[in-house]
Amino acid sequence: MNGVQLWAVQRATAMVLALAVVVHLVTILVAVRGGLSAAEIIGRTRGNWAWLGFYSVFALAAGLHGAIGLRAIAAEWAGWRGRGYDLAWIGIALLTAAFGIRAAWGLYSA
Amino acid sequence: MGEATAMLRVKVWRGNAEGGAMADYAVPARANQTVLDVVTHIQREVDPTLAYRFACRVGMCGSCAMVVNGRPRWTCRTHVSRVAQDGALELRPLSNLPVIRDLATDMAPFFDKWAKARGTFQPKDAPDGSVPDDFAVVPPATKQRQQADAGIECIGCGVCYSGCDIVAWNPDYLGPAALNRAWTLVNDVRDGARKDRLAAVAGDAGCHACHSTQSCTAHCPKGIDPSGAIAGLKRSLFWPGFKGGVR
Ligand code: SF4
Ligand code: SF4
Ligand code: FES
Repeated sequence: MNGVQLWAVQRATAMVLALAVVVHLVTILVAVRGGLSAAEIIGRTRGNWAWLGFYSVFALAAGLHGAIGLRAIAAEWAGWRGRGYDLAWIGIALLTAAFGIRAAWGLYSA
Repeated sequence: MGEATAMLRVKVWRGNAEGGAMADYAVPARANQTVLDVVTHIQREVDPTLAYRFACRVGMCGSCAMVVNGRPRWTCRTHVSRVAQDGALELRPLSNLPVIRDLATDMAPFFDKWAKARGTFQPKDAPDGSVPDDFAVVPPATKQRQQADAGIECIGCGVCYSGCDIVAWNPDYLGPAALNRAWTLVNDVRDGARKDRLAAVAGDAGCHACHSTQSCTAHCPKGIDPSGAIAGLKRSLFWPGFKGGVR
């Protein structure tokens, strides 16, 4: 991926995140009404495909968006530029996303 | 007369590419005095070795820009009364450009970037440079014409370039003026190099490096909005960029 594509991905993930964060917050507000227990959470998330799908997309968007942003800061402030750094940032993006998806999977399959 | 003339306290950066320091001057305050008048007074009456640059004195040539009290400005159209703080002025050469001597910077990197951004008009009808048979009609009410007109009055003063943090952080960045120029040509229906030009301004040294902070727009003495022009370039590049059509 080149700089233009990374920029386009960051723009696209920003749009996904804008929506996902709203959905996420509304879900929390609705879910905690009248108290919340671990059993209640797992009761909702276990085996819930829609829930897993949503949070996988959310985690992927957040991982990509964050790492591409850090790439720009590192380029400007530390002069880290070039193909090697770009590949490292994509690696960090996917790793962060993988942690998030792994957590969602944990609740799905609990 | 009789009364002592009010004096301005003027600090001027003196030096060259190796470095320099501020020097103090006292200049008589006058009504309707411009910052360029102050510099000219110092050079004519106090120290003829002071280097600076100007030509038209009426805001057309773009050669007199300096940093005045921390802000880049065109000095021939900047009245002292508007910018002096308690009768004090501090003058430095433009930032983000190599200093030749004192207040004169080397504008070559700035204009080299215009060339890199494909800032030259390339007639569609006459790629070989010959004169087209007829006048092109570009209706003033069309959107493209209006977008081109919005940026066309740039005088190449370098004020926006001096005020842009990204230029300071990323020396390869083409900068607001070159990208604004590219945007006027992207919107010029008579131009035949749209694709090459968009490719030239894409990427980490081009429009995608801009953070839309708008300090270029805030500083431009001609009221141009380079930040908006750059946003236009980014929009034009969104889909072609995704598909890998540009580098
Ligand atoms: S909007 Fe872009 S070009 Fe203008 S000053 Fe900010 S970063 Fe520089
Ligand atoms: S866009 Fe404005 S500030 Fe920048 S070079 Fe042109 S006239 Fe000067
Ligand atoms: S001297 Fe020409 S713009 Fe100031």
